[in-house]
Amino acid sequence: MNQKLIESLSPHERKIIPYLGEENINEICKKSNLDKISVTRALEYLQTKKIVELEVQTKKIVEIGVNGALYKKKGLPERRLLHLLHDKRIIPLAEAQKESGLSNDEFKASIGALKKKALIELNNQKIVLNANQEEITKKTLEETFIESLPVEYDSLSPEQAFALKSLQSRKDIVQINEEKTTNIKITKLGKELIKSGVKTQNLIEQVTSDMLKKESLWKGKKFRRYDVTSPVPSISGGKRHFVNQAIDYGRRIWTDMGFQEMTGDMLQSSFWVFDALFTAQDHPVRELQDTFYIDKKLELPDKKLVQTVKKTHESGIGGSKGWRYVWDEEDAKKTVLRTHTTCLSAKTLYALSKLPIDQRRGKFFALGKNFRNETVDWSHGFEFYQTEGIVIDENANFQHLLGYLKQFYTKMGFDKIRFVPAYFPYTEPSVEIHVYHPEKKVWLELGGAGIFRPEITIPLLGKQIPVLAWGQGFDRIIMDFYQIKDLREVYKNDITQLRKMKFWTKQ
Amino acid sequence: MANIKINKKLFEKEIGKLDEKMKNKIAMFGTALENFDNEEIELEIFPDRPDMLSYQGFKRAFLAFLGKKTGLKKYKINKPAKDYKVIIDSSVKNIRPHTACAIIKGLKLDNYKIKELIEIQEKLHITIGRKRKKLAIGIYPLEKIKLPITYKALEPDKIKFIPLEMGREMSGLQILQRHPTGKDYAHLLAGKSKFPIFIDANQNILSMPPIINSQLTGKITKETKDVFVECSGFDLEILKKCLNIVITSFAEMGGNIYQMELKTNKKELTPDLTPEKTKISLDNTNKLLGLKLNEKQLKKLIEKMGHEYKKGFVESPAWRTDILHEVDLIEDVAIAYGYENFIPEIPEISTIGKEDKKETIKRKIAEILTGVKMLEISNYHLTNKKDQFTKMGIPEKKEKDFIEIEESKTEYNIMRKDLTSYLLKIVSENADSEYPQSIFEIGKIFNTNNKIIENENLAGATIPGNFTELKQILEYLSRMINVEIELKEAEEIPPHYIDGRCAEIILDEKVIGHIGEIHPKILRNWKIKMPVALFEIELEKIFEKLE
Repeated sequence: MNQKLIESLSPHERKIIPYLGEENINEICKKSNLDKISVTRALEYLQTKKIVELEVQTKKIVEIGVNGALYKKKGLPERRLLHLLHDKRIIPLAEAQKESGLSNDEFKASIGALKKKALIELNNQKIVLNANQEEITKKTLEETFIESLPVEYDSLSPEQAFALKSLQSRKDIVQINEEKTTNIKITKLGKELIKSGVKTQNLIEQVTSDMLKKESLWKGKKFRRYDVTSPVPSISGGKRHFVNQAIDYGRRIWTDMGFQEMTGDMLQSSFWVFDALFTAQDHPVRELQDTFYIDKKLELPDKKLVQTVKKTHESGIGGSKGWRYVWDEEDAKKTVLRTHTTCLSAKTLYALSKLPIDQRRGKFFALGKNFRNETVDWSHGFEFYQTEGIVIDENANFQHLLGYLKQFYTKMGFDKIRFVPAYFPYTEPSVEIHVYHPEKKVWLELGGAGIFRPEITIPLLGKQIPVLAWGQGFDRIIMDFYQIKDLREVYKNDITQLRKMKFWTKQ
Repeated sequence: MANIKINKKLFEKEIGKLDEKMKNKIAMFGTALENFDNEEIELEIFPDRPDMLSYQGFKRAFLAFLGKKTGLKKYKINKPAKDYKVIIDSSVKNIRPHTACAIIKGLKLDNYKIKELIEIQEKLHITIGRKRKKLAIGIYPLEKIKLPITYKALEPDKIKFIPLEMGREMSGLQILQRHPTGKDYAHLLAGKSKFPIFIDANQNILSMPPIINSQLTGKITKETKDVFVECSGFDLEILKKCLNIVITSFAEMGGNIYQMELKTNKKELTPDLTPEKTKISLDNTNKLLGLKLNEKQLKKLIEKMGHEYKKGFVESPAWRTDILHEVDLIEDVAIAYGYENFIPEIPEISTIGKEDKKETIKRKIAEILTGVKMLEISNYHLTNKKDQFTKMGIPEKKEKDFIEIEESKTEYNIMRKDLTSYLLKIVSENADSEYPQSIFEIGKIFNTNNKIIENENLAGATIPGNFTELKQILEYLSRMINVEIELKEAEEIPPHYIDGRCAEIILDEKVIGHIGEIHPKILRNWKIKMPVALFEIELEKIFEKLE
């Protein structure tokens, strides 16, 4: 045991061990030839190794000040004034100051001090000595005190305390300093260690490349043991933004389930964002106060599709009644910042319509940023992440939709979910996915799903083929994992925070 | 989304005890229980079911769903008495062309019921009324009115009456300018040369829709027994449906419905509660839902949703606004069947998952850069002119090719043109974070020259940074993705770089970006107190190379 301990001693520690019995640190410094910082640090390490116990004491010491030192040599101002008076007995104030050679402050302080001791009186702008020889020559308490400095504050006699108080009111005569002294107590272990003799063994410190060139430099030698538990400064590494880590996770869930990614522009025509999805042109979501519009118009897709969408809105398609209003092509050309990724699904369906009917099938997903005209607070923002998937399959039905949802949400880590009726403009039937919150003991709304309406699939796919669709906001998933309470933190790039952020470890 | 509040005692008396089973039933009916206490129950009603925006309407539908009163609910409609007429003048044609009207008699009103009447009206205004833009509803005490009523449009200064909550007579224009409700809805009549009014046979104005009723002839009190109800707006179909929602709720409260004769060129009687027919096929239903129902089961389920099933088609109540297509009925079947009773099932359709190629490349680039200890950041796509131009040393006047957003609610009102300005913004905001800092971003930028251009870019910066160090990183990246780039002294340098310390990044003889040290004057604009080296490149060319 002791051997291990000895091997763990650093060169500095080893150097000071023989002098631990010295009176104070300064002595150890002298003897060991180390500076005070090195000695103090080495002592602290020795303490953690239980070789010494350090006891730090703070003492208040009364020391002589700058002016005090001067007066100690030349005498206090009042002494000098008293000398003058001793010769003349009565003297006018102005003359006294001039002859004594005292400054204004010193002179005033002297008059005050002598008056207080009743050694003088002031009479008609003159100073009159009022003391006998003995009283004059006797040293004052202050003078005695100054001569006795430095003294420990806690051991002052009543007279000294009185003198200190009177001198403290005068500039820089005395000062009180704190002095820390470290008492070193050698433990039983320490004593044993010293007894056994910490010889200047040849322990290897750093392994150097030079040393490795010659076997004799290390063979048979011991390496100084490190304290492997002592703390080291922390570092940080390069890292992907936590939101992008979460998105990669989402992407993997979809691809695991056999879905193919859809990507596309953020700036889209209203046609793809709204009209192709059977959102009437007077629907509130299309208003400026909810959606970001750009003052530019985009081109519409081919005429046939535009005409079918127009008809669908105006008088319906495939047995639908439609919305019964006059559909305006110009409104459909308006550029918007996409409000959902469903515009990408719409474009995918349309691309499939170019294929033969039996090939119009597949599974697709999108995961990306969407926008809404919104102010920013803890739960709102104008940019947000969403993910969604679609399954185009002639034989797909509502039970399949629920099957996919169950698989998807189980993969996302939600075990207890339920499906309840809901309303979404693009789907019929529609479902809301609720997840059970075990702590709050309530069902929380998580995502939406449904089967695309024929008013969407007939114009886009060219046939009423069932399209299962579901989606949900992604920000909340990110916030839940990282336990972020304020949405703004998701979009803030605080480098200190990013460096501390944990990796996305959800499987 | 609209919510309704229901007195809990009334609910438990007329529907049933609010226990866990009932709560589940409410959820499975698609009317989420938002809140409840000992006094009140608050339910969320989806926008496709305005007919449930009152307790009466909800109760009617929910009792059917619970199997207590299934099938199509019938109401007695009385023929109009002699003067039950509304003359629609041609002057409203280009202003607010349509109205649908009715009379309800024998209401026994108390304060609670009056509150209910007003709430139905307000909820419908907000939802299908699109904040009164599409339609507005008026309810008037019949005893104060002399029939017949005329619906016409007049010049604003010729309209004079005492509006609700005002002690004095005002003109049409004054109401829009000074009355609190008038001010709120003034935009709905703005620019019209005439305003619509309902006026009785004594020439007393009843109201100026869609703004406000008269204090004298348009205020319901506890003494009111009979009321005149009108819906005015632009789409007669919707107006009739809305009227049906209102008057059947009143009938549920004990009123008797009387028709009125609408006189235009032709005569028409409203309200009309003739059910609407929609075809439904058992096959289509089973195919879409994945069930094996027989016709009897289908009939039972359909009737639980308040419809009537006849062979091959469904008769739906005249107050339902959401039945556009067979699929809307099939959803009702699914709700009646119970979402909890479906068996989730995964079909065997084999597909191969695939992430977008660009996304793969972006991820690889990010991996390479994090390998040289860079930290990825992720910013908004929206920015403002100050950050995009002023602080980057470009006078706003000189910049034309940016995309502006209309009426943004925040200071972020243009699309970002580059990632550089955002990187500098982040450096500027992170003066307190430990140095050295090394950051990058991959993301979309937006430009325009008549057409909208949306591209993926990559930018990186080191702080404190110098050219050599960053060039090492850029070249490492280029080697790792095996895309050869070349640096050339830039002839025309972007204003944020130091002249002589900026290079063009060239791929296949095309400039795809710049690298250099940021000029102190720009650092000063951003209040950055450390040297910054930065590069930004377009990724589209690199995608092409790698795909």
